[in-house]
Amino acid sequence: MEKTVFKPKIPIEKQVLTTANGDEAVAYAVKQSYVDVVAAYPITPQTIIVEKYSEFVNDGLVHTEFIPVESEHSAMSACVGAAAAGARAFTATSSQGLALMVEIVYIASALRLPIVMAVVNRALSAPINIHNDHSDAYLMRDSGWIQLFVENVQETYDTTIQAFKIAEDPRVQLPVAVNLDGFFLSHTLENFYMLPDDTVYEFLGGPRKLVNVKVDYFSEEVPLVLNPARPLTFGSLDLYDYYFEHKVQQVEAMKNVPPVVREINEEWYKLTGRRYGDGVVDAYGVEDADIVIVAMGSGAGTIRSVVKKLREKGEKIGLLKIRMFRPFPYSDIAEILSGAKIVAVMDKAIGPGSFGALYEDIAVSLYDLDERPLLLDYIYGLGGRDLPPSLVYRMIEEVKKDLESKSVERKIRYLGVRE
Amino acid sequence: MSEPRGWRNLPIGGVAYRLSTDVKTGDWRALRPVVDHNKCTKCMICWLFCPDMAIVWDGEKIQVNLDYCKGCGICAHECPVKAISMVPEFEEV
Repeated sequence: MEKTVFKPKIPIEKQVLTTANGDEAVAYAVKQSYVDVVAAYPITPQTIIVEKYSEFVNDGLVHTEFIPVESEHSAMSACVGAAAAGARAFTATSSQGLALMVEIVYIASALRLPIVMAVVNRALSAPINIHNDHSDAYLMRDSGWIQLFVENVQETYDTTIQAFKIAEDPRVQLPVAVNLDGFFLSHTLENFYMLPDDTVYEFLGGPRKLVNVKVDYFSEEVPLVLNPARPLTFGSLDLYDYYFEHKVQQVEAMKNVPPVVREINEEWYKLTGRRYGDGVVDAYGVEDADIVIVAMGSGAGTIRSVVKKLREKGEKIGLLKIRMFRPFPYSDIAEILSGAKIVAVMDKAIGPGSFGALYEDIAVSLYDLDERPLLLDYIYGLGGRDLPPSLVYRMIEEVKKDLESKSVERKIRYLGVRE
Repeated sequence: MSEPRGWRNLPIGGVAYRLSTDVKTGDWRALRPVVDHNKCTKCMICWLFCPDMAIVWDGEKIQVNLDYCKGCGICAHECPVKAISMVPEFEEV
């Protein structure tokens, strides 16, 4: 077979190899994305993003209006106002901050405002904890936002830029949350490649473009923006008359998201030579696998290295990394996991009185299959608890025993908790 | 009002497709203000305080636009000469 070498539009030697932690990578991505408004409130482990960005503002490197608000509730409110006025808006938060802003988080998606937010995942109180798990991401699970999870600093940078393009796509018009693991990514220095500024500008198609709407009192379609010259009413009372219809509109918009995410992932590949699976899920070695591990975020990197070593020994094991958590790619996952004999889902948050949210979604994905694999829920890494490769090996050994006995006794298991 | 629309025919983001002046909000009302024009000094305090802009100055005297008056009674409460009284909506005056 003839080997063809793929040449991206911006080859690697034209990209800038630099070193930054995940938070700084987000700040650089936002800097290059021509953002009009940044409103944010500091919270660990997100602080560095806004700290770094405020330096850019201070140094006159960006044209952004920077709003230092007094709480996260106001940060999201300011972003909603800015985005409704036609601005490209960005904010970043974490844990308790997200919990405080969640009221406006729902409003942002229902008003169809393409805001981008970096959620630096951190455990929710109580007890107070500043370290990483996914409980804050699960908190906003049903808020109508697109939720992407990233694995390393390079993906953080790439995904933040992509997020603006996904959010502003006329088919989508929904806000995007880019989830990166607190400390594991936010405070960890890694090398990554940055694009030239004008390449990002071109990729995003310049500043934000507005979509049009048709209302009865203007003869032509008008841009969906607050403008005194062409007044539109945003956020009015809906009641039982129209609330249901507007929610269905949001659901329908969500259906357009997977193809857009895939398109943009491919576009990014042609531009930079980097892509993340098909943009929605990133499957590694699942084609022939009996055992498949499902995970999100930085943990996927650790698991992949373990899976790689086991595959080299000839074990039939694979990793399915979920990159897009909302909208959840149910049918894709059913297809990918249909050949597996046992699936271990790894949840980095817990729902007391329930299962982990990822486990539930995977279970729903598999329900309609004629032959379902065995399914397990591994809760791990709560409050920043480490996931060393040794723990992954131990988990896989346990899963192998379940596969041999063809039964699963305990559905929920804790990985790395002291008895 | 016209026939309610389905989700396919609505502008996105819950943007109102008709003017808010098309929506008459006066049908919430249980009490309505009645102005005694003999007492009224045309000080316009009722006009100033009305949260719904339902008090209208017609060039000669105070009128109430009952399409939008919700019957809150603020005008009657604020009137310094007690020229406005709130009467039950279905009572003849």
